[in-house]
Amino acid sequence: MARIIVVTSGKGGVGKTTTSAAIAMGLAKRGHKTAVIDFDVGLRNLDLIMGCERRVVYDFVNVINGEATLNQALIRDKNCNLLYILPASQTRDKDALSQEGVGKILDELKKDFKYIVCDSPAGIEKGAHLAMYFADDAFIVTNPEVSSVRDSDRMLGILSSKSRRAEQNEEPIKEYLLLSRYSPDRVKLGEMLSVDDVQEILSLHLLGVIPESKSVLNASNSGTPVILDEKSDAGQAYADIVARYLGEDKPHRFIDEKKGLFGKFFGSK
Amino acid sequence: MSLLDYFRTSKASSASLAKERLQILVAHERTSRNQPSYLPQLQKELLEVIRKYINVEQDAISVNFEQNDTQETLELNIVLPEHQTKTS
Repeated sequence: MARIIVVTSGKGGVGKTTTSAAIAMGLAKRGHKTAVIDFDVGLRNLDLIMGCERRVVYDFVNVINGEATLNQALIRDKNCNLLYILPASQTRDKDALSQEGVGKILDELKKDFKYIVCDSPAGIEKGAHLAMYFADDAFIVTNPEVSSVRDSDRMLGILSSKSRRAEQNEEPIKEYLLLSRYSPDRVKLGEMLSVDDVQEILSLHLLGVIPESKSVLNASNSGTPVILDEKSDAGQAYADIVARYLGEDKPHRFIDEKKGLFGKFFGSK
Repeated sequence: MSLLDYFRTSKASSASLAKERLQILVAHERTSRNQPSYLPQLQKELLEVIRKYINVEQDAISVNFEQNDTQETLELNIVLPEHQTKTS
């Protein structure tokens, strides 16, 4: 049975698209046929992060309007043939996505794919609503920072009241916390909320911590999901997250700082 | 605990301040989230009924909904103006 995952946060700039690209690639690399959909109509960016921006011919809205078939719009990833990208439209029409249209496309995708990753836009407007509406699982991407934590909590409220599962009294969406841009050093100094702090406030199941990492910008510069940078800390963090999501028991990493003062002076990297 | 840590803990860290603020805020926002969706409409209609008889301001009515483990309370608070019953 296919599962629909929404990657959401409320707040912008916390790493939703980075996360969507990474986990979709991770799931596909592990042998699961995966589709990743950009719901950010008007501000398409998943194509850039996935490195397929020059191969976009048809988009999500074209398929909804019947101007293209799903197969015409889906772009097969250049690194992994089990991964497909459905780009968002660059139209400025805010009502381009309809609940009915999105539902139909997801139903069609469910026949062929094991995982469907929905990359939500920021905010709580229509695009964000539709990205989470049909979800089975929600990945809440949060930064250890006050506005992000607050917005995540707001998103949790929306997931539990406005989703299809909530409306139809089905088993609620499974919610997971992905804490990104984490700096253990700053946590140690008391300058940043810790994993425990954020978990205490949001009471969410922690799927993984993604450390603040230079590799994320490097990955987006080149248009390759950071999970493919297997040597990088962020890449490994995402690989762990995918493994945990698939049911593997992996101890959490990247929560404690890498080196002490001694290491900083005498260690080399 | 090292000497350095001693100096650090002498002042409340910004992270603990953040945590405290968030805990209060999130708790508050969760209570209002759990309120039934009919509350604003109820408030509006009550105001209309009361205005038929008494000249009250828009903000003279507050409707509060509270919830704990055992019960739900709907609290209605109407502030009447002094000596201002409608004569017509």
